[in-house]
Amino acid sequence: MGLARATGILLGKELRTELRSRELVTTTAVFVLLVIALFSFTFDPSSAESRRFGPGLLWLAFLFAASLMLQTCFLREQANDTLSGLRLCVGDPFAIFLAKLAANALFLLLTELLLLPVFSVLYNLPILRVWPSLVLVLLVGDVGICLTGTGMAAISAQARMRELLLPLLLLPLLTPVLIASTEATAALLSENPVLRWDWLGILLAFDGVFLTVLWLFGEYLLEE
Amino acid sequence: MTLGDSAVGLRCSQLEKRFGNLVALRRVDLEIAPGETVVLAGHNGAGKSTLLRLAAGLTRPTSGRVFIGTAEVREPGSARAVGFLAHQTMLYDELTAKENLVLFAKLLGVPEPVRRAENLLAEAGLGERGDSLVRTFSRGMRQRLALARALLSRPRVLLLDEPGTGLDAGGLAWVAGTLHELHRDGVTTVMSLHSQPELAAVATRAVRLQAGKVAADSAAGQALDAVLGMGAC
Amino acid sequence: MGKRIAGVVVLFLLLALTTYLAFYYAPVERTMGVIQKIFYLHLPSAFTAFIAMGICFTANLLYVFRRAPKWDWLGVSAAEVGLPFITVVLITGPIWAHPVWGVWWTWDARLTLTLVLWLLYVAYLLLRSMIEEPDRRALLSALFGIFAFLDVPLVYFSIRWFRTQHPQPVILGGPGSGLEPRMRVAYLLVWAAFTGLLILLLRSRYRLEAMRADVETLRREVEGR
Repeated sequence: MGLARATGILLGKELRTELRSRELVTTTAVFVLLVIALFSFTFDPSSAESRRFGPGLLWLAFLFAASLMLQTCFLREQANDTLSGLRLCVGDPFAIFLAKLAANALFLLLTELLLLPVFSVLYNLPILRVWPSLVLVLLVGDVGICLTGTGMAAISAQARMRELLLPLLLLPLLTPVLIASTEATAALLSENPVLRWDWLGILLAFDGVFLTVLWLFGEYLLEE
Repeated sequence: MTLGDSAVGLRCSQLEKRFGNLVALRRVDLEIAPGETVVLAGHNGAGKSTLLRLAAGLTRPTSGRVFIGTAEVREPGSARAVGFLAHQTMLYDELTAKENLVLFAKLLGVPEPVRRAENLLAEAGLGERGDSLVRTFSRGMRQRLALARALLSRPRVLLLDEPGTGLDAGGLAWVAGTLHELHRDGVTTVMSLHSQPELAAVATRAVRLQAGKVAADSAAGQALDAVLGMGAC
Repeated sequence: MGKRIAGVVVLFLLLALTTYLAFYYAPVERTMGVIQKIFYLHLPSAFTAFIAMGICFTANLLYVFRRAPKWDWLGVSAAEVGLPFITVVLITGPIWAHPVWGVWWTWDARLTLTLVLWLLYVAYLLLRSMIEEPDRRALLSALFGIFAFLDVPLVYFSIRWFRTQHPQPVILGGPGSGLEPRMRVAYLLVWAAFTGLLILLLRSRYRLEAMRADVETLRREVEGR
């Protein structure tokens, strides 16, 4: 059984589960909305300041939301020890990670796409004219978040205080993603929008490095 | 009795497993010939579940080795030759019974996964509830489904941890019947039991574990019933 | 035992010597004045912390692939010993910055990187405290350590690139440039002394961890009987 096929099967399972309950995307979306709204209470979102702070706040909201959303990732598999079931049946444990990574990135992206129009309205920042590039930045950033997030979720699921531990482990690691994504987004939302390939490059490097790490060490993360 | 080159046995060599301070298994040597149906008896904490999990490849030994056939167990599943039933059902509550079986069947590479899933559901007496969410199942029904899952890939070695849990008389009869058939087909079965005489009746051998060591073995001359009945079970 | 005491004494003398060198032998820097001397503490601490980080990473890798407990002991020792050095860097930074620039903290590349590193060290140690079972603790913290170490270059580049885009007044200009020979001597000796300190602390902490494991083994044997 090839890696791609196994990943496809598992991805189907993840998507079907979410489609049935729709709990992950909805609660995450509401959380992002909450954070964005609360942030706006802390300063005066006039035009100039929105441009300066908006992108950063947006990505902070995404990061916090992701570190909550990713909690369920492996906790779900602990309920009936379905993780052991998967490990017994799947040839390459990396498929388990790839499937969860893809599903999480998809859910995160969906949430972000839902919230972008709201953000655009609340902070008066034009997104329509740059939306393809914006989606690209979101995607590459989300992959980075979910790569490390899935790995850290596997770790924290086996420790105490896991709800608090996951953000603690994940957020420092995501410093490069936060910086690069914010800069790239800011450049796209500025008066003269431009797609910054240098920042995108850092994001791609991040994704490449941690995809490799996950590939090399994934099976150890799942060990009992 | 055995199916030629598909007959596969189990061997533990100086197998030891520690969890921090707790020693679950102490240098266990155990050899199970292909086709045997073995009952693992013992109190809670004697090491039965640990031994089964090690054989399934879900845990690594602290020292020592486990072999399925001639291959050392290094990863879970051991090339799908092994079927495993654990304490927990390993089923997704939010999927239907059929979806669960089809998922695992597809991952295992079972040919015609949907047909196989339907057949097993019928055999387990769950044919009508195939499209119900597992969340709605009773304990006994989940146990049947879990066993069906273990049989998906037609394994040569079956490892069952307390297969009788939660089953009523009908369920126990089905399991006993299935084990009997599997034994006829030359499948090697190792199951841990507390006190289900219906299932113990299928066994050809009994091994009693105590404090992580083999305390008695019917293959070493003791009567099978004696090994099973020794001490409070 | 005698050798150990001798080692501590030598190190103590070395540290005393380097203190003298730093404060009296090395000349006072032209523009910044006496406060510049804090660099004799700041920079070697940073170097030492980086060395400790490298040791921790190597130990983590070795544990994941070899599973010998001694690599776990080395890893936690390196992290615990490295943390104070990083803390020193974070404290001496503001102490220097305040009289010179009037601000306590500067978000320049190096200091920001140090802060993130500090957070990663702390996360590593906190993770360990949340897992009771020794084998699990060793494996999971080693894996996190690997993630963290490989993240560091990415953190550095992204912060540095950010700073070049949003230039700030250069605050920590290279103090190593144009060093007077006497300053250079002082720096080298302080660095040697700190490395010696690192080794000493590391060995002590490692020995402590090894003894803990021995106690556990003995306890297990007693209980087993």
